[in-house]
Parts: sequence; C-alpha cells; structure tokens
Amino acid sequence: MGVVEAPEVIVAASREEAVSAFGDGSDVTVVAGGTIVMPEITHGRLRPRKALLIGRAGLSGVRSEGGRTTVGATTSVADLQDAVEPLGTCARGLADLEIRGQATLGGNLCAPPGAESPRGDLQAALLVLDAQVRSTGAGGERTEPVEDFLAAGPAGRLVLDVELADPDAGASASVRRPHAHTYTIMRVCAARVGGELRVAVSGAGPIAVRSRAVEGAVAGGADSAAAAERVLDDVTPHDDALASSWYRSRTLPVLVRRALDDLR
Amino acid sequence: MRLTVNGTEHQVVAPALTTLLHVLREELFVTSPKAGCQQGGCGACTVLVDGQPRRSCLLPVGAVEGAQVTTVEGLGAPDDLSGVQAAFHEHYAAQCGFCTSGFVMATQALVERGDGDIEREEVIEALGGHLCRCTGYVKIVDAVTAAVRGDTSPQDASADTDPQGDDAVTLLPGSPA
Repeated sequence: MGVVEAPEVIVAASREEAVSAFGDGSDVTVVAGGTIVMPEITHGRLRPRKALLIGRAGLSGVRSEGGRTTVGATTSVADLQDAVEPLGTCARGLADLEIRGQATLGGNLCAPPGAESPRGDLQAALLVLDAQVRSTGAGGERTEPVEDFLAAGPAGRLVLDVELADPDAGASASVRRPHAHTYTIMRVCAARVGGELRVAVSGAGPIAVRSRAVEGAVAGGADSAAAAERVLDDVTPHDDALASSWYRSRTLPVLVRRALDDLR
Repeated sequence: MRLTVNGTEHQVVAPALTTLLHVLREELFVTSPKAGCQQGGCGACTVLVDGQPRRSCLLPVGAVEGAQVTTVEGLGAPDDLSGVQAAFHEHYAAQCGFCTSGFVMATQALVERGDGDIEREEVIEALGGHLCRCTGYVKIVDAVTAAVRGDTSPQDASADTDPQGDDAVTLLPGSPA
C-alpha cells in the first residue's frame, strides 16, 4: 500500500478523448468508480501499464426518449435507485450508501466474478430490460444485446452507454444478508417487455443469465411454481463464501416463483 | 495537481493512481481518515468530496483533481465542536476511535442532505457501510440520529481536555490538521 506508479495515466476529459485513449483496449486498465479495480491496484494484484480514468469524461447521465432509457456508462448506481423496475430495486440493494455513490453501471456490467462473492448485481435487471450495450474497442463502436456482451466478456471493450426498454411490468426477488454489508447473494429479475416475459438470474454463476426454460414454461401455460422449477435447466449454481451450491439450488426456484407472482 | 483539503489548496506530487487516502495521510498529514480494510468495505476512510461521502481508499487522486475534500479536521476543533462532533461526544459514541472519523463524515453528509425527520432504521441503513469493532453500534446510532435531527448542543460541549495545559506543544508543525 502506498504510492502507485503507472507508466501512463490518462484522465479523459471528454467522450472523444476516452474513446481515442482506449483504442483497441490492449493493455489499458479502465478506472470508472474504482470500487472493484482500485483494491486490485493498491494491493498490487493488478499493475496497469496504461490507466484510463473515465469518471470525468462526460459519460454519466440518464436520458429517456421514445419508450427507451439511455444510461451513460459512468452513471452512479445511486443515480439509478429511481430507475425503471427492476433496475431501481437492484440499485437500491447494492452495497452501501457511499459505494452506490461511487460505483457505476458500466463497472457493474464489466465486473469480473468475485472470488469471495458475486458481483454484477445489476446484470439480471439489464437482461430483463432488453438492454443494448454501446461500446467501443477494436473495430470501433458497436451496439449489442447485453446477453451477447456478457457472454463475450468486457475485455477490449469500453462501455459508453446502455439503452433499456421501459417495461410493462418489472419485479425481482432476492436473498440478501440483512443490515450492514448487504450482499445480494442471489437475485431473480422478471419483466414483461412488449408483452414478452423475460426472466434472469444473478449471483448463481460468474455472470447473470437469462432463463429461457422458465420463460418457455410460462408461455406454455405452467403456473409459477412449476415454471420456477425449470430454472435449474439454465443455471448451475456455484459454491462461494456466501452460500453453497446446495443452498443456491434449493433457494433459486423459490425466488423465481416469487418474482413471477409479483409480476402478474 | 491541485487539491483543496478543508479549505486549504495543496499541490499534490503523488502519481495519479495513488489513492486519495494515501495522499491525505502520508503526503498532506491529514490523518483522520483511517486505512482499515483498504478495499472499500469498512468505511473508516470515508471523507467528503465536493460534499459527497466517498471511500478515499477507492479514489485515485487523479480522479479528484481540483475537488474540495472535507475531513474531520475541517469540521470543528476540540473547543469548538460541530453539531455532529458534539452529538458523538454527548452520546459517548466512540471507544478506540478508529471507525469514528468515517462515521462522523458519513453523518455530516446526512446532516447536509437535510433529512431532519429521520427514523432510526433509516440511520442504520445509511450507515450500513461502516464497521465498528468496539461499541456495538447502539451509541453511534443514538449520536447520528440526534445529529441529523438537530438534537445537539455544540455550544455546551467541549472535547478539549488540554492535557498539557498552557505548555501544550504543537505535535505536527506545519500540519494543516
């Protein structure tokens, strides 16, 4: 712990500067809110050769237009607490007051799986809200569904903004530790977007995933309880410091059923 | 780079990726924020940056160039306590004191937010990112609730124990603290 040298540190003052400095992302460490990356740097686990600080590059802000909401990548989680459901609930449940003020949507989207506990608390909400991720990197700027972004991984991409649908309805159910250090162990998000049901799970694997098995069961007429059992077709829960795979497997269908019931 | 701490402007020489916590403590000798977990989970490093409560151990100093940083040293003095400090003093909300600076700055932010009519449960929720190993939290919550509600008498409180009397020596010459 102490003075941290890096050969090159760029504090981007504009979107253009951030995009240009990022280039194809090779050998660049992006620092937005710093809540995940800074401990890695200060403890010496990550030694950036080139660090790009994007907190002041004008990439924050929430804009609604024509039934969709565009959220800048460095928008703080605190500023998402009143966003469309279930994103608002996910944001309110993240960490604590100070961390919510510093953590960003983009950082959460790009969060690597934590060794001790799940990260990416907002990913399930983005999945059910039909989020489209605009990013830059090798090959320039592109927009893709959040599911594809998560599957490919954030390496080599700088997230610029995320565009969300305004759903007909949104709901979520979660298992959380109470009071201080409220880690969300596992969360199920559900939403109806343009009449279509979407269900996603976070905290039961390295990234959040959509459960098409549950969605299909509901479309096929199954009740919440029966549809909820199908979630384990799409998710294989893991062990970590917060909960065992066994516990997650038992609890997950309950969360799915609750989210589906809240949505009706 | 420039950084204003408790109203005094400084030129910081540390490289941009050095944490604000390290700059405050080791370069500027502002030692009230503490290095606890050093990964943003304990709250002992909390300071105000442009009025907002932030984990200084998670902030690269390059990201806050030109900002106004406030620490406990900028709130009051032993013989002139701020409302928040008076509340902590009156309610005996500190034991070893390691977490206290973080709690005080978080409380200062709550007070400035202006939620005068706050409920105890809301205080507990707002302080959820701060750990204390000594007190069991009850008196801290008492103090914070009183501070946010304005139930303190700073004019009647003094923490000036003045152990060295009239021969008190400044321990850190040149310290802005």
